[in-house]
Amino acid sequence: MTFELFIQNFFNALTVGSLYALIAIGYTMVYGILRFINFAHGDVFMVGAYFIFFGAATFALPWPLAAVAAIVGSAALGIIVDRIAYRPLREAPRISALISAIGVSFLLENLGLVIFTGLPRPAVQPEWMVNPIILGNIRILPISFIVPLVTAVLVMGLLWLVYRTRPGLAMRAISRDIETTRLMGVSIDRIIALTFGLGSALAAAAGIMWAMRYPQIHPFMGVMPGFKAFIAAVVGGIGSIQGAVLGGVLLGTVEIMAVAFYPELSGYRDAFAFVLLIVILLFRPTGLLGEKLDDKI
Amino acid sequence: MMKMFKVLAGVLLAVFMLSGAAQAQIKVGVYLPLTGQNAFGGQLELDGVNLAYKQMGEVLGQKIDLIVMDNKSEPMEATNAVKRLIERDKVAAIIGTYGSSLALAGGEVAELAKIPVVGTSCTNPLVTQGKTYYFRACFIDPYQGAGAATYAVKSLQAKKAALLIDVSNDYAVGLGAFFKKSFTALGGEIVAELKYNSGDQDFTSQLAEINSKAPDVMFIPAYFAEGGIIMKQARELGATFRIMGGDAMDNPETVSIAGAASEGFIHTSFPYDPTMPNMNAEAKAFTEAWNAAYPDKGPNVNAALGYASYLMVIKAIEKAGSADPAAITKALAETKDLDTPLGKLTLDADHNPQMPVGIIEIKDGKRVYVGEVQPE
Repeated sequence: MTFELFIQNFFNALTVGSLYALIAIGYTMVYGILRFINFAHGDVFMVGAYFIFFGAATFALPWPLAAVAAIVGSAALGIIVDRIAYRPLREAPRISALISAIGVSFLLENLGLVIFTGLPRPAVQPEWMVNPIILGNIRILPISFIVPLVTAVLVMGLLWLVYRTRPGLAMRAISRDIETTRLMGVSIDRIIALTFGLGSALAAAAGIMWAMRYPQIHPFMGVMPGFKAFIAAVVGGIGSIQGAVLGGVLLGTVEIMAVAFYPELSGYRDAFAFVLLIVILLFRPTGLLGEKLDDKI
Repeated sequence: MMKMFKVLAGVLLAVFMLSGAAQAQIKVGVYLPLTGQNAFGGQLELDGVNLAYKQMGEVLGQKIDLIVMDNKSEPMEATNAVKRLIERDKVAAIIGTYGSSLALAGGEVAELAKIPVVGTSCTNPLVTQGKTYYFRACFIDPYQGAGAATYAVKSLQAKKAALLIDVSNDYAVGLGAFFKKSFTALGGEIVAELKYNSGDQDFTSQLAEINSKAPDVMFIPAYFAEGGIIMKQARELGATFRIMGGDAMDNPETVSIAGAASEGFIHTSFPYDPTMPNMNAEAKAFTEAWNAAYPDKGPNVNAALGYASYLMVIKAIEKAGSADPAAITKALAETKDLDTPLGKLTLDADHNPQMPVGIIEIKDGKRVYVGEVQPE
């Protein structure tokens, strides 16, 4: 492989990896606080992409405004889903909430099919995102820089929120012991709603970025990225925000570089993600940055 | 009291039977992808079927009852759809489907139940090969792959070709292999062969590798959903080679997804297109009827194939003189010189029609029917 080709692949990997990371932090945050895999996360991601599509194409909002509207709309959706599908199951065994999440996932996908139809739609891309930056034979899309940047900013914001603010303190308390936190006078349901709102806002942000990079949206677009991001979160150590970022970037790099070095294996690209998951879990059952099993965030 | 009840029951039964007899219908099933990845083509084909149904809703003095099922672009759902049409609705014949993977899945059920099926645009040879009950209105992939390779070598003077193939799709794997075979037979060289899976969105690593081999042409036997994105990413990575595809790329969405990246894209097609010069009488009539029925969207080849499939079924029922599936099957196998928008249709021993391969190129964001090629 030539050096140029390697650099090209490096940037491709960085873009895919940070997209996975962006989705993965939503999974990991909800898990860290509630010990619960929100399987509907990938579908909120899809809804976020549709919201910006309708904002920009149907209501002709300027792009930044459409993005904000999509994020707010998705956060509201996350809170509503929590209120309807998860809150009544708070006291039930964890598996019930998990099954409920799978139900929500199918519900959102099929609602999408009914409301948005199954036809893939081209996403609206602002002009400055589309023209590649050319360095000799290397071509890098502006989005390749924007995605890691957005991911970094969101992660820092999230870490600040979780470790430096009172709601963050309450979140961490809930992740330790939900009953004791309730006894301390914390409004559990509000904090959990906030968690879902934030998680869904992150999913929407990821959906928007994804649609900018791969400008085609359809009701099942969240399924595979959702799985991959889930793997990224587990590889990095589910519950750890830094771990999700590490897992995402690692997964993107493995996928791209495996094909770059072994083109004949390109058909197995998706399989690499799952092999990576198995190998890492064999050696580190709690993921790369995961804490011991009995400990939460 | 009892007697009166019996009389009443008898009268009711008679009325019921009479009305049943008056509304004797021949049931024809349709299974097409109306949602999911292949929804666009499936819906156009359904529109084509419906147009033909509106014109020819009656045969042998009986009304046709058209029962439509969505196979959701998934082989498992295609199996279910065909099962339901046969077992619950007891159809005499079936039309469908777009997509070879779906037709292969549905075909197994129909073969066991001995119900004839006419495929709309399933182009993999295995769909009808060795089957007694599957027929089709479209040509097959070896033929189409050879057509694409012939055009690449003869008209584009291509010497080096790269392939990017969806390995989870029977159609793509088959068409890719047939292109490769014909391209090398015509003296060309395959410099790269990369793969991906249906639903993938990122092709950058595969395309970077293909780019480094500098082919003259890249053949992508993809569906437009992935194909559009592949073209876009290829141009973003600075690819200058020609990109070619198969009939599954024949979709207005190809241009709307790929945008400027679709300029110069060439794909093979069935020999019907609203922009084609020298249209035959059937094609002209079909185009006019379509424009009258659906003024807000133009006809395309899928619509013509849906129309032609319905035509094949109706003519076969007429010839068979009954709605007996075995008789219809026999009549379908003998389809000869049937006038359709795609030209005169004659089925060969493998239930495949012979027709030239149409070539379409995207020029200034518009599909242009540039001509036809006889595969070598």
